[in-house]
Amino acid sequence: MNVELKNIHKHFGNVHANKGINLNIPSGTIQGILGENGAGKSTLMKILSGFIQADSGSEIILDGKSVTIDSPADAIHHGVGMLHQDPLDFPPMKVLDNFILGRFTGGLFPNRKEATQDFNLLAKEFDFSFDPESYVDSLTVGERQQLEIMRLLWLGARVLILDEPTTGISASQKSKLFSTLKKLPEQAMTIIFVSHKLEDVESLCDQVAVLQAGELVGEMKPPFNTSKLVEMMFGKVVTLGERQPVLTNETMLELKNVSLEDVRLKIKNVDLNLCAGEVIGLAGMEGSGQGMFIRACAGLVRPVGGRVKLKGQDLTGKSYHAYKNAGVNFLPAARLEEGLVPGLSLTDHFVLAEQPKGIFIDRVAGQNLAEDRIKSFNIRGTPLSMVESLSGGNQQRAELALLQDPLSLVLLEHPTRGLDIESVIYIWSKLKERCRQGASIIFISSDLEEILQYSDRVLVFFSGKVSPPIDAATTSVEQLGQLIGGKGWPEKGGSHA
Amino acid sequence: MLKGRLSGFVFQLLAFVLALVFVSLILIAAKASPMEAYKNMITGSVGSMRKFAEVLVTFVPLLLVTAGLLITFSAGLWNIGVEGQIVLGAIGTAWVFRQFVDSTLPAGLIITLAIFGGMAFGALWASFAGALKTFGGVNEIFGGLGLNFVSTALTLYLIFGPWKREGVASMSGTEPFPDHFSLPQLPDLRISLWALGIALVGVVIVYFILQGTYFGLKLKAVGKNFRAAYLLGIPTWQYSMYSFLICGALAGAAGAIQVAAVYHRLIPSISSGYGYLGLMVAMLINYQAVWAIPVALFFAALNIGSIQLPIVMKLDSSLAGVLQGVLVLFVLLMEGVRQKFVKKA
Repeated sequence: MNVELKNIHKHFGNVHANKGINLNIPSGTIQGILGENGAGKSTLMKILSGFIQADSGSEIILDGKSVTIDSPADAIHHGVGMLHQDPLDFPPMKVLDNFILGRFTGGLFPNRKEATQDFNLLAKEFDFSFDPESYVDSLTVGERQQLEIMRLLWLGARVLILDEPTTGISASQKSKLFSTLKKLPEQAMTIIFVSHKLEDVESLCDQVAVLQAGELVGEMKPPFNTSKLVEMMFGKVVTLGERQPVLTNETMLELKNVSLEDVRLKIKNVDLNLCAGEVIGLAGMEGSGQGMFIRACAGLVRPVGGRVKLKGQDLTGKSYHAYKNAGVNFLPAARLEEGLVPGLSLTDHFVLAEQPKGIFIDRVAGQNLAEDRIKSFNIRGTPLSMVESLSGGNQQRAELALLQDPLSLVLLEHPTRGLDIESVIYIWSKLKERCRQGASIIFISSDLEEILQYSDRVLVFFSGKVSPPIDAATTSVEQLGQLIGGKGWPEKGGSHA
Repeated sequence: MLKGRLSGFVFQLLAFVLALVFVSLILIAAKASPMEAYKNMITGSVGSMRKFAEVLVTFVPLLLVTAGLLITFSAGLWNIGVEGQIVLGAIGTAWVFRQFVDSTLPAGLIITLAIFGGMAFGALWASFAGALKTFGGVNEIFGGLGLNFVSTALTLYLIFGPWKREGVASMSGTEPFPDHFSLPQLPDLRISLWALGIALVGVVIVYFILQGTYFGLKLKAVGKNFRAAYLLGIPTWQYSMYSFLICGALAGAAGAIQVAAVYHRLIPSISSGYGYLGLMVAMLINYQAVWAIPVALFFAALNIGSIQLPIVMKLDSSLAGVLQGVLVLFVLLMEGVRQKFVKKA
């Protein structure tokens, strides 16, 4: 399907999020949309997918016909489907019910049998594996994204918009996704791929448009000139910093024979000694056990066996709040669901995170604290901004700004998911500062380069198995990728479950 | 910001006008004159000092209940059980009075004890709903509704059983308490300034809890995102329980005043539906404590103003309830319209 965007404008109050964007995407093209956080990518895509409406004067033309898209349902009716950055699904419902929702086939009862067949077929094509009868809230964010992609294709989307789709999935899942996406243009599908990851865009897209501060600042076709793209995105050249290991001999966290269990996975007998100042990255496909592991380190999941010690203090079986008081902070991936409180302002959050004693709120101190944090964490917002009004990247910075001081152990789930490279560097510089102050870090990421760049050691998870700690400096992305995919694991003699 | 506030005011005014128009249409359909009905309601509520005192008698428990509900709403809880908490407050107060019927202690002390007793009973009853929710996974709406029925049954049991009048038990309630167990009232009027004072102090405390304390901020965080609040280090279920206790204590105070300042005995319908009316007030003011006083006063005036409608106009006095309900619905509706309108603009 041919997509033409003409003179798209969008105001949110005083913010001019899209400033007269013109873009022509021929049928069968994989179009990349690049831009840093807050550049207006998501806004533009939400307009095309009917989630929000553009200001008057803007025009969307599909296959030569000017259309008005009033709602996401309307968009899918026109053949435009969007995969949102945060999955929009129904966690308390079954996978199959989510899949069926939104399909208007007539009749009172959905044809579950047919739907199951289609579901399994599509899942096989993408090599995604989940049980259609399981519940969505048992899936990881990555798996929920996969489900959404399948659903949109099944609904008959001919324009598929993917907003940062690779942030939640592993390297091997990503390559599967890319090979599928590359097949789709042959069927006259148009793919719009929104990302801030240069390598993804370069390896996938037929043409790229770069947004900066709400404006379309440039377009490019292969061969791509990376430094030129970066310059267009940021208006300057950015490079990753040097590795800066901060290591001591002091033990921070000690796991002895720790075993964990939930309905899907068993992790057995993990031993780990984490030094003060050390960073450990957890790699693995979504749902391989790293989420349960990091939550166990936070005191949110109780180990079924073994002991957890922090600075020699035995915390086994203690509550999350006991861990928190001992200096452990956990930042979850689902920002608006677990990390922040929609409806409260940035100031409210900072005040709450200080664990205030006393009765009456000190407004002046709160205001000063918020202004201070906003400045030092480079958050685009005011002390009175509600957290839900911030962009994803700024929400992430806000979460980081909530970390207590002093801290012993920082646990992060996808700390830089969905962030542009400048923010990534910034956030890691903040985290490394914590390491220099003696804190240790454990983080989950699906970005292998991030893991290798910023960790001292890496633990790889593969369906509940945990690798011994791997030295990050001497490991390549390929080696890591193989381990994540289940290759190169030592064979143990028959006894392990 | 100012623009948002202005548009909010305009839409609320519009909602008020629409509610009046809607009720007028109903009245016209019932072949009654709306103007006359409204005029009667106004004279019936503020037409004389005596009538206005009656409005205040209704206003006091309504304001206390509304204040309590602001706390539970802030914690994200629908405390439907507030009705039963009023009843238990009344029972608690009656129980304390019964203990001191023959006592020589000063009356002021006994009344104070009785009011605190009512608050404690109300809080205890609320804690049942809270415990059912926290430890039993029973939604507070269902738990509260169930407890409301139990509280009504308990009142009837007491009136017809252990606390029945000498000779014959009756729906008119228990034996009235001695005169000195009554909160002092203004001469010739039924209103007690003490009761009014308690209600005003209650709502002011709630306002400060919600606006100015860490406790209130934490309560709001728990109400808006339970999970994130927990991860931020707030003891979440404890805060839910605190909010139930505070609301129950305020509702209990309302019940205590019904006994100590209005009926001077326990009667079957001691709560007078103020719990449900309080829920409407809380929704109407969009959980903003500042508006509790004027809106509760207005609702109380409607209740009292409609009392003379059956005599003067042969209309049922439930017209007040119709107007209150329609008003809440239109305000909520217009708020939805406004948000749509503001988003588009």
